[in-house]
Amino acid sequence: MRGRTFGAGLIAVGLGLAACSSGSSGGSASGGGTTTIKVAYQQFGEGKVMANFLTSVKTQFEAANPGKKIELLPIVASENDYYTKLALMLRSPRTTPDLVYEDTFLINSDIQAGYLKPLDDYLASWADWSQFAATAKGAAKGTDGKTYGVPDGTDTRGLWYNKAVFAKAGLPAEWQPKTWDDVLTAARAIKTKVPDAVPLNDYASKAAGEGTSMQGFEMLLYGTANQLYDASSQKWVVGSKGFLDSLNFIKTVYGEKLGPSPQDATDAALGNKVTQEWFPANKIGIALDGSWLPNTWQPTGAKPWPQWATALGQAAMPTQTGQAPGKVSLSGGWTWAIASKSPNADLAWKFIQALQTPANAAKYAVEGTQIAVRSDVAGDATYTTANAKTPVFTDVVSVTKYRPAYPEYPKISNQIQVAAESVMTGQETPEQAQKAYDDAVKGIVGNDKTTTQ
Amino acid sequence: MKQAAGRGAPLVPATVLLLVFLFGPILWSIYAAFTNTSLSGAGAAHSQFVGFANFTKAFTSNGFLNSVLLTLFFTLVSAVIGQNALGLSLALWMRRAVAPVRAFGGAVVIGAWVLPEVVAGYLWYAFLAKDGSLNAVLERVGLHPQDWLFSLPILAVSIANIWRGTAFSMLVYTAALSDIPQEIEEAAEVDGATGRQRLFHITLPMIRSSIMTNLMLITLQTLSVFGLIFTMTRGGPGTKSQTLPLYMYEQAFSFGDLGYGTAIAIMLLVVGSVFSLLYLRMLAPETT
Repeated sequence: MRGRTFGAGLIAVGLGLAACSSGSSGGSASGGGTTTIKVAYQQFGEGKVMANFLTSVKTQFEAANPGKKIELLPIVASENDYYTKLALMLRSPRTTPDLVYEDTFLINSDIQAGYLKPLDDYLASWADWSQFAATAKGAAKGTDGKTYGVPDGTDTRGLWYNKAVFAKAGLPAEWQPKTWDDVLTAARAIKTKVPDAVPLNDYASKAAGEGTSMQGFEMLLYGTANQLYDASSQKWVVGSKGFLDSLNFIKTVYGEKLGPSPQDATDAALGNKVTQEWFPANKIGIALDGSWLPNTWQPTGAKPWPQWATALGQAAMPTQTGQAPGKVSLSGGWTWAIASKSPNADLAWKFIQALQTPANAAKYAVEGTQIAVRSDVAGDATYTTANAKTPVFTDVVSVTKYRPAYPEYPKISNQIQVAAESVMTGQETPEQAQKAYDDAVKGIVGNDKTTTQ
Repeated sequence: MKQAAGRGAPLVPATVLLLVFLFGPILWSIYAAFTNTSLSGAGAAHSQFVGFANFTKAFTSNGFLNSVLLTLFFTLVSAVIGQNALGLSLALWMRRAVAPVRAFGGAVVIGAWVLPEVVAGYLWYAFLAKDGSLNAVLERVGLHPQDWLFSLPILAVSIANIWRGTAFSMLVYTAALSDIPQEIEEAAEVDGATGRQRLFHITLPMIRSSIMTNLMLITLQTLSVFGLIFTMTRGGPGTKSQTLPLYMYEQAFSFGDLGYGTAIAIMLLVVGSVFSLLYLRMLAPETT
């Protein structure tokens, strides 16, 4: 009895262990031969902009290339889960997609992991490549100097505000805060006068993934005197005042209940709620978010809302105390990359070219409300018309900054999310959260690669 | 000898399968726990042997220590105390109850146990959520709404686990109690023993081995609870309900650190073994 029960216990624990450790990704589409290209991209919630765009290009491509097939593999997952599932698929030749949609912040990590194929040979003979802006070309460059992805657009970040909510709160219809305090003051006015609206959304949960790191936190940090990474010494910054101040901003927002309720704030679908439910229903005042939000409100989007351009105002995110240059923005963007284990790289490249014909590139830039990275798209009439509706987000291109997209960045980004959520929930003080972040960063990059600036 | 080998032959395929699919992953886990293997970045291309680095990292990390404490709390409150005591009480009560009550009570309790983990987790989420049914009831009777999923998440998931797991203990104890000869209890009653005395001097000592076996099984089950907590709170808010399995999942799959995640798994295995050994010591009969 004794031995048997003990053995059973061990086996039970062992089974749990085995179940947790063997990462099977499943869903490997067998067969298909050499003429099917599998295209992996993220799809979460109602948003179908990418799916619609890819379907239209797929139809063109299959008509132009008889016998070749495009298989779309939407990975239905929230932000962080998407990267996890993608990484699991890319690990094995039996499950790998041929073409993957990679966020620029992750691409260096995946390059280092050996998941992606360098595209230099293809790019050398591709005339359109000269249309791409230099920053965009650099976005998908590995530390080895090779290029691994073709960017399909970039973005900027700033403040969206709902004019109806502002009117009720007695705030001006044309609003441009000069400091963080101005933003908080407006949020407090909304909290008092429009109690049924969320005053201000600032992403601060682990579930929002990179949205928390970039929109929620780095948009604050890069408006202080500090940054994440010191380019001159090539070290990661720890213990900075700007980092602490940014966490204190989050503490103020959630401590004073100026943000979404705890349940909404930690929900992975918060982004969808902000765009699909709250903005159209005048249930939110201000959102610190991305230039791409209107893609939700396009006729092809998840929540068509043609009035958005007049119902919503746009403002640049101010620096902490209004110090020069007065406003801050960050840019990221996504790229198309070819999996290194793909057996059909040449055909996958042909599909990238199809995605990036001048007409298709402009189509996606408009439907996805992207900031163009190609000079021919930037001059396209439909693009310039659409773009004119987001003047502030186009204007901040002049001050926008990029993340330190080194291979370690995704891990550091995770730690930012941990710090932000622990402050948002009140579990840790900003000081404690900063200390935990600093320790974690030292563990990730090594003590000698950090600086207190 | 030859004959014995021949007789064992049919077992070979099963043994091989067991070794490959059960011990293979465990061995891989043990190996991975000593490497920096990860989902992306350098550890994905060329994982390296890093010695005990993952274990040192765990023992110096607040996140890990927080998870260990939460796991112990969750296990003690929901399994050792909650499921165990409630299961025993129910079994004792049902022994006395009339048949229809027994049938009904049993069906309700076992119903909770039969529900899949995720469904149970979702039911509790819907019950305790901000707009959930509990708050609707509280508001109707004029009480303040609760927000346990946010303010006391570890207690909320513990209660859900008690609700879900009590049936198992109840079944074990019902079986054990039915083995106690009626005459012994009657004899004690005739001798003037009160109900309390009968419970502590007759009933409990006689089902002692069942108590220990039950404790061991529910402890091991509870240590590895994942789906229930993941559905209800995802380990949050922050890390306020992040028990070891959730911590392990976050490190391995959200943060891509497979090596560290498997090191946590090994330590979870050790915690489980420690509990098992403890119970085995306590189970050892005082006299044969």
